Amino acid sequence: MSMLTALLALGALALIFGAILGYAALRFKVEADPLVDQIDDILPQTQCGQCGYPGCRPYAEAIANGDAINKCPPGGDAAIKKLADLLGVSAPALDSAQTPAVKRVAFIREDDCIGCTKCIQACPVDAIVGASKQMHTVISNECTGCDLCVEPCPVNCIDMVPIAVTTERWKWDLQAIPVTIVESN
Amino acid sequence: MPSLFQQIKSGQLWDFHGGIHPPARKKLTSQVAIGQISLPERLYIPLRQHIGVAGKLLVKAGDTVLKGQALTAADNAMAIPVHAPTSGKVLSIEAYPSAHPSALPEPTLVLEPDGLEQWRPRHALDYLHTERPHLLARIQQAGIAGMGGAGFPTHIKSGASTGVDYLIINAVECEPYITADDVLMQHEASTIVRGIDILCKLLNPKAVLIGIEDDKPLAITAMQQACAGKADYLVRVVPAKYPSGGEKQLIKLLTSKEVPNGRRPLDIGIVMQNVGTVFAIAQAVEEDIPLISRIVTVVGQTLQHSQNIRALIGTPVGALLDACGFAPEPQQRVIMGGPMMGFTLPTLQIPLVKTTNCIIAPTRHELPAAGPEMDCIRCGACAEVCPAVLLPQQLVWYAKAKDYDQLKAHNLADCIECGACAYVCPSEIPLVQYYRVAKAEIRELAREELKAEQAKARFEARKERLERDKQQRAERNQALAAQRQSMLAEQQKQQILAAQQRQEQQPQETLSKEQIIAERERKKAEARAYQAAKAEQAEGSPAATAETPAADPRAAAVAAAIARAKAKKQADAVAHEPTPADSAPAEAAPATTAAQPDAETDPRKAAVAAAIARAKAKKQAETASPEPTPAESAPVAPAAQPESDTDPRKAAVAAAIARAKAKKLAEQAAATDTSAPDQTNPDQTAPVESAPEVAVPEATPDTTAPDPAAAKKAAIAAAIARAKAKQQSKPTEPEQPS
Repeated sequence: MSMLTALLALGALALIFGAILGYAALRFKVEADPLVDQIDDILPQTQCGQCGYPGCRPYAEAIANGDAINKCPPGGDAAIKKLADLLGVSAPALDSAQTPAVKRVAFIREDDCIGCTKCIQACPVDAIVGASKQMHTVISNECTGCDLCVEPCPVNCIDMVPIAVTTERWKWDLQAIPVTIVESN
Repeated sequence: MPSLFQQIKSGQLWDFHGGIHPPARKKLTSQVAIGQISLPERLYIPLRQHIGVAGKLLVKAGDTVLKGQALTAADNAMAIPVHAPTSGKVLSIEAYPSAHPSALPEPTLVLEPDGLEQWRPRHALDYLHTERPHLLARIQQAGIAGMGGAGFPTHIKSGASTGVDYLIINAVECEPYITADDVLMQHEASTIVRGIDILCKLLNPKAVLIGIEDDKPLAITAMQQACAGKADYLVRVVPAKYPSGGEKQLIKLLTSKEVPNGRRPLDIGIVMQNVGTVFAIAQAVEEDIPLISRIVTVVGQTLQHSQNIRALIGTPVGALLDACGFAPEPQQRVIMGGPMMGFTLPTLQIPLVKTTNCIIAPTRHELPAAGPEMDCIRCGACAEVCPAVLLPQQLVWYAKAKDYDQLKAHNLADCIECGACAYVCPSEIPLVQYYRVAKAEIRELAREELKAEQAKARFEARKERLERDKQQRAERNQALAAQRQSMLAEQQKQQILAAQQRQEQQPQETLSKEQIIAERERKKAEARAYQAAKAEQAEGSPAATAETPAADPRAAAVAAAIARAKAKKQADAVAHEPTPADSAPAEAAPATTAAQPDAETDPRKAAVAAAIARAKAKKQAETASPEPTPAESAPVAPAAQPESDTDPRKAAVAAAIARAKAKKLAEQAAATDTSAPDQTNPDQTAPVESAPEVAVPEATPDTTAPDPAAAKKAAIAAAIARAKAKQQSKPTEPEQPS
């Protein structure tokens, strides 16, 4: 008898908790995969496609589905390290021969531009303004330096120029030899 | 327990954590009269000398300017103007080494003084009878930025209207060597007090605290005398200790308050101004003298007479040193700012700016350069002296490891870079340098994060827009298709109706076997027509509308017509391959004649032609890449050379072609590396198309003729390019010729 009571009590408890858990699962359902968002936040959002995916978000989804984390040259080793921390894997070396060089932005040589709008269509972040048969120009503050506009240009008038170092962006150089003034007279 | 205000009133002082006592060496200059310097040959005025943005440039090279004339205009709150320190001629506006540790070139106006010292008209203001906004505007227009070192725009700091309890005048000047503020107070105490009056009108504080270190007895007496009649102006003598002149440290010293992490003093009801700034405010309001000169301490044992000099902004450091009898030793170091927080100058061309308070030219024994860095021995001396109560050795480890999260967690942002930790370090670790690098790195990361966020938002917006456009297009297409179908159905219905009417009109009496057969045949024809219509629809051909379900012969005719159309289409497709070559010259000919008169009259025409030629060349390069191009490019190169000396436009065309060629070659090389030549060129028309391309150099002999001929030539090139473009676009639309 007592055993039956115990079974009934436990069974009832199991039913109640099961109902609560089931309700909670529906009520607090997580819509998207938050991991993808977290990965996407780490990626540099240049939308350059160098990883082989059409943008950072698709690559983030691919990483969440098990793709390698070392395909993002603009993010460099810093991004790989963060991704490795997030996903709990070891950080591999960057899957590219070139290490991320200095930050660059696109620059349109205005004399050579024929106004074909091809670069405008290629730009993933709408950082190029211009109209058909009008000169185009790059909003350098919005340019992510993804290189995607260089190839479509039929007259090769887009250069990738390194961002100039200004006094605000200058980083103190520890290795600099303390400059001294050689005796002048 | 007296209130805080009473405690402050009664003269109580507090203490801040840490601090050091380096040898002050202020006696060298503190009792020497303020020197003057003759006008230098050139003045170099950086357009931005404060924290914020440069104003809009008002003058251009060649202009003559008067003393005190604004050279830039402040077009927003964070901009303050710079002024001509003396009358003279603007020689140029160019990039020039800046008064910054990096000495990176910044836009600088070069002024050649004429020696006349002609002032622009000046309008003194009586501050008592002037509205607040006018006073603030005057301070901004006078180009006043914090002269203690940071260079924050003063009108913003002074614009706080409510909630200011204490105005603190920073006359501590705690760094060794510097005595600029000291001598300023000795000589201009009354003007400084009038400046405080103006600030009091603007800020309305409960009390004014003037903090002076106890090693400036003359300045203290002068200020006490000047403040004699003012009950609210409290001169506070603080013990000499470095860095009690730091903003947060002085606030703690005088009021016992601490500025919270990431907040400004104004948030706790305190505004602090440097004593030099206050003097500049008084001068700007009372005499309308903008900030065009300042007192700077020029000191060091390589100078014959160290002294304070009232120098014009823009004076090169070299001129200042020479005025003091500079005898440099080999590998002489010159420091701008104090020995603790200043920086070594890479060149003596760097000009004096609004925030420069000291130039030091020490001998090697006086200020020895830092020795080699050794390992940290965990003595903890740095933590004891840190005035911001940080953990310097932890920070330096994290900075070396580039662990920016930990640096943030250990409040690196609160570091005031005073250098006390590096001063006491027995291992001579340049801790501050590590912090500066890390801070710059963190700032850069924050900037990148912001940029990434913006890029993401723009990318998403673009994706959304493209998706929307696609949907709209699809909807429009659907609507059109539906319209066409309804029209079709309408037609069919009408035709059926007509057929029925015709049948009804036929005599009804012969309802025999014959009629039954006819009826069956009609149904069969209808079914056939339906099948045909279905097939037509699948092809999307407009011929579908021609279909008639009415009777047998008509259906046959429809089928025949469809077959004819198909045959024609096929024939067209086959015929296309040879046509481009045929049609190109024919089309090019009229285009040339049409373009000729234009080209002669319009010089832009040539530029267009050049661009088109480039485009064409690139296109050609891409389609015909595995062709034996060396042979092709060979005739172009020699032909281009004679052109260049006859006509610059021709040269541009040639250059463009050469560029395209170069790109082609590069691409070709890449193509041969990766894939077989056949795969890269499935287009059969390529050989045909490459032929007219070779025709371009053929036309070049014309260029030896004078200008009109050259224009003609450009027009021909344009025409060929147009023809080529047309030709290429044709194979993609085979329906048009039929």
